[in-house]
Amino acid sequence: MALLNILQYPDPLLKQMAEPVEAIDNELEIFIRDLEATMRAGPGGVGIAAPQVGILKRIIIVDVSSKPKIKQHGRLVLINPEITEWEGMAKGREGCMSVPDYTGNVIRAKNIKLSALNEQGEPCEYDMEGFEARAVQHEIDHLDGLLFLDRLVSRHHDLFQRKVYK
Amino acid sequence: MPNTRWYMLSLIGKDRSGIVAHVTSALYEGGCNLGEASMIRLGGNFSMMLMVQFNGNMHALHEVIDNEAESLDLHLHIDHIEGRLHDHLTPDVRITVYGADRAGIVAKVTGVLAEAGLHILDLESDVAGTAEKPIYVMNIEGHAADGIPVLRSALEIVKKEGVDASLDEIDTLIG
Repeated sequence: MALLNILQYPDPLLKQMAEPVEAIDNELEIFIRDLEATMRAGPGGVGIAAPQVGILKRIIIVDVSSKPKIKQHGRLVLINPEITEWEGMAKGREGCMSVPDYTGNVIRAKNIKLSALNEQGEPCEYDMEGFEARAVQHEIDHLDGLLFLDRLVSRHHDLFQRKVYK
Repeated sequence: MPNTRWYMLSLIGKDRSGIVAHVTSALYEGGCNLGEASMIRLGGNFSMMLMVQFNGNMHALHEVIDNEAESLDLHLHIDHIEGRLHDHLTPDVRITVYGADRAGIVAKVTGVLAEAGLHILDLESDVAGTAEKPIYVMNIEGHAADGIPVLRSALEIVKKEGVDASLDEIDTLIG
């Protein structure tokens, strides 16, 4: 197992589109293991996307099980993930291992339906909400070359936003 | 840039367009580097607070900016500060308070919250409504040093004063 180097903005690889995974082979399994170890080595990291370590493939790992009392699916390796449905909007605070020392507010869908392949290459579907749904949306953005910095909203005027989005 | 010092510049004056561009151009041309900054229009005035890194003394920094500040009719104040970048505290709580405007809301609310361990990192307030019926709205982000439950209890005290208040935990996602 190896810890991979996490790229930090302004590394141009973070702004590139990632390519779908064509085949799940031994090499990919080793990469996924290393990617997960890298996520867990970071302080407080609940997700990671392959482009964050410079690999432009559509692979993300999410695990929000460290947060008690929320609906979640535990450890998830998601290959070629696609959000098929969105519902609701919520503002939440995000940071990123690729953008140290900065957090900001981002609006994300509250509930999502997701389809993806698991580590074994089997198609899976998930209904997600809240913090886990936010984590998945943050990581899928990485696959499309987007950072949370691309989606920042003002931390002020909270009342106005609630009126609009509730 | 060895030996560079940090200064805090405060500039306040009647709002007009172009203030930021003029001030920051003068600072840039004078060899300054900007750090964190906060700028906002308050009651028709524009107020700026800027961390400025500059390789010179206070007198030399005044020479860089005084003329521009004067021509824009901005009141200028400079402090030498023990500043550094990459020293952010992450807020873990957001509190919104609003109600019919009257004197003393901020003092009452922040007093109760401070006793309950709130460290304010960012406070933004506004007076909305109409001249006849003004509404005071305050947004606070901070760190709950003694935990969230004690702040929630404190907020109940605040509500008895006739203002509406809500508290949201900020659970920062790191991905």
